[in-house]
Amino acid sequence: MTAGQLAALAALGAFHGLNPAMGWLFAVARGMQEGSRTVLLRSLPPIAAGHLASVAIVAAVVSATRSAVAGNVVAITGGVLLVGFGLWRLLSERHFRWAGMRLSRAQLAGWSFLMSSAHGAGLMLLPVLATTPMATGPHMAHTMAAAPGGALQGLLAAGVHTVAMFAVMGGCAVLVYEFVGLNVLRRAWFNVDKLWAGVLVAAGALTIALTA
Amino acid sequence: MTRWTPDPTFYASPRDAVRAPAEQLAYVAAFDRAAEKPDAIAVVDTDPASGAYGTVVGWTDLPHTGDELHHFGWNACSSALCPSAPHPHVERRYLIVPGLRSSRIYVLDTKDDPRNPRLVKEIPAEDLATKAGYSRPHTIHCGPDGIYVSALGGGSTEGPGGIAILDHTTFEVRGAWENDRGDQYFAYDFWWHLTRDVLVSSEWGTPSMIEDGINPELLVGRKYGHSIHFWDLAKRTLVQTVDLGDQYQMPLELRPAHDPRKEYGFVGVVTSVEDLSASVWVWHRDNGEFKVTKVIDIPAEPADAADLPPALQPFGAVPPLVTDIDLSVDDRFLYVSCWGTGELKQFDVSDPFHPRETGSIRLGGVTGRVPHPSAPDERLAGGPQMVEISRDGKRVYVTNSLYGSWDDQFYPHGVGAWMAKIDVDTENGGMTLDERFFPHGDEFRGLRVHQTRLQGGDASSDSYCFP
Repeated sequence: MTAGQLAALAALGAFHGLNPAMGWLFAVARGMQEGSRTVLLRSLPPIAAGHLASVAIVAAVVSATRSAVAGNVVAITGGVLLVGFGLWRLLSERHFRWAGMRLSRAQLAGWSFLMSSAHGAGLMLLPVLATTPMATGPHMAHTMAAAPGGALQGLLAAGVHTVAMFAVMGGCAVLVYEFVGLNVLRRAWFNVDKLWAGVLVAAGALTIALTA
Repeated sequence: MTRWTPDPTFYASPRDAVRAPAEQLAYVAAFDRAAEKPDAIAVVDTDPASGAYGTVVGWTDLPHTGDELHHFGWNACSSALCPSAPHPHVERRYLIVPGLRSSRIYVLDTKDDPRNPRLVKEIPAEDLATKAGYSRPHTIHCGPDGIYVSALGGGSTEGPGGIAILDHTTFEVRGAWENDRGDQYFAYDFWWHLTRDVLVSSEWGTPSMIEDGINPELLVGRKYGHSIHFWDLAKRTLVQTVDLGDQYQMPLELRPAHDPRKEYGFVGVVTSVEDLSASVWVWHRDNGEFKVTKVIDIPAEPADAADLPPALQPFGAVPPLVTDIDLSVDDRFLYVSCWGTGELKQFDVSDPFHPRETGSIRLGGVTGRVPHPSAPDERLAGGPQMVEISRDGKRVYVTNSLYGSWDDQFYPHGVGAWMAKIDVDTENGGMTLDERFFPHGDEFRGLRVHQTRLQGGDASSDSYCFP
């Protein structure tokens, strides 16, 4: 992966981390409910883990498929179809019904996984993943044996992405909890979902442009 | 359509909501007891700087008759900021308006012309019955994951009553809320402690027990509801039922503390069959279990039988009939309406277990018939009934009708229609009637007035996930 691609993955992670709906607001709520910054901080790793799982599945599938199958277009189309199906399943219920506020850390990770998946967080990495050079030697390009290597590369991408997401999410949570206060939400909680849809479309277009 | 930034009427915490700007308009449910004219939402000007202050400035007739509009609510509110299922960019613009008698639910859009809300959807009674198994929709709350509607009756049966969920966006009936209702059968009001995953519900009676008025045999036989139910809000299962004792008939309105760190709330009981007193109780968590403790007792007031309606003559007293209570957003003042005696009481409930009475206003009443200071010659019928408090806690609005058939029993010569506004001393407690604000009589076109909702939200519409 080039420095530019790593930077792009990190930037996308930061973008996800900024979104209150992706988790930092939940961490703040838990901290405020108990009046404890420790509770806030302890909520962050499960949220990041759930996000990582969501992104990693998409990234690994896309990368592994790219390594194993000749022709980028096939890989991308397959990935898009798969994730599109998942998205449709998740979004068709709109606000998913598992809406409890008192979650164990495992449940919190599960919540984060669902939230990230419902918003297609992994999909957003597609332009980067699709343009990353294959981690395979010229003698073994596009064979089934190359798939594990490709998947590893996908996991690496998801990891870089999630580290950035975690850092930004943690920063936002602590900043709002300690200094800024929740009133900032009224002005600053930009409708990321709307933007998200636009970015997803742009990401798809970019992927096709870069790989076609 | 969604917004780019959160709806400005959403507040993360009750502390922030208290600083909300004053409401410009109030929406009031108005119904025709004769079911000859359509029911309506009346819009009242609440801006003191306006030339039309305290008058009806808008009116939306509904397309059918006989709905008996009762309680209603907003499609979305501050709970949209809750982090477990956030959707902060929806708009608070639709009023969800159920007909308690017809079981129809209307959706009115207040955005384009706030003074004349426009009907945009009608959910027929059959939808509520077939999709959720309920009828007689009552209380509306905007939840984090959908619109919650309590209902008193079953779809084609007397019961059980319960809660139906409407989709946030399409307003379609999605189904019954309960996963496991245990032995819960009666329904009435509900609310929740969102951050504790607790839902609380109360009990009135099934349709046949209420629609023809209070049935004295059922009342004396202690057959109306007398329990409070506590549910797991996430799992949608009944966890605990607390029986107040069968002499305490009809625990109705539920007002949990707005501060999400607190886990107590108030419930008003209409009457005790032993002495016709009314009471207010507080629920609270004690070693994991919920307990419900009586904290306010309001005695019946003796009266000459000659002054009483037939229903009360055998008792020689006027029961207070606590039929609505409301808690200010800062959790400090509880307002208790005594619809029988015609009194609104204000209690300082900073210590919920030791309420301190800080104010009282008399209007109407079965025997008092106390007039409003702006019309001193008009003996008022009905009493302060539905109470709504502005978000800053400085203004309280009351209307005078309870429920068609009950109005007729307790005020057989006609209950009339009036709405009053009370100014509150939020520092020391105490209430004063606003003499400039008294829409009444013909202003409501012969309809009776029930619940009020304030533009932008009020003390009984929004719930908060942050302290």
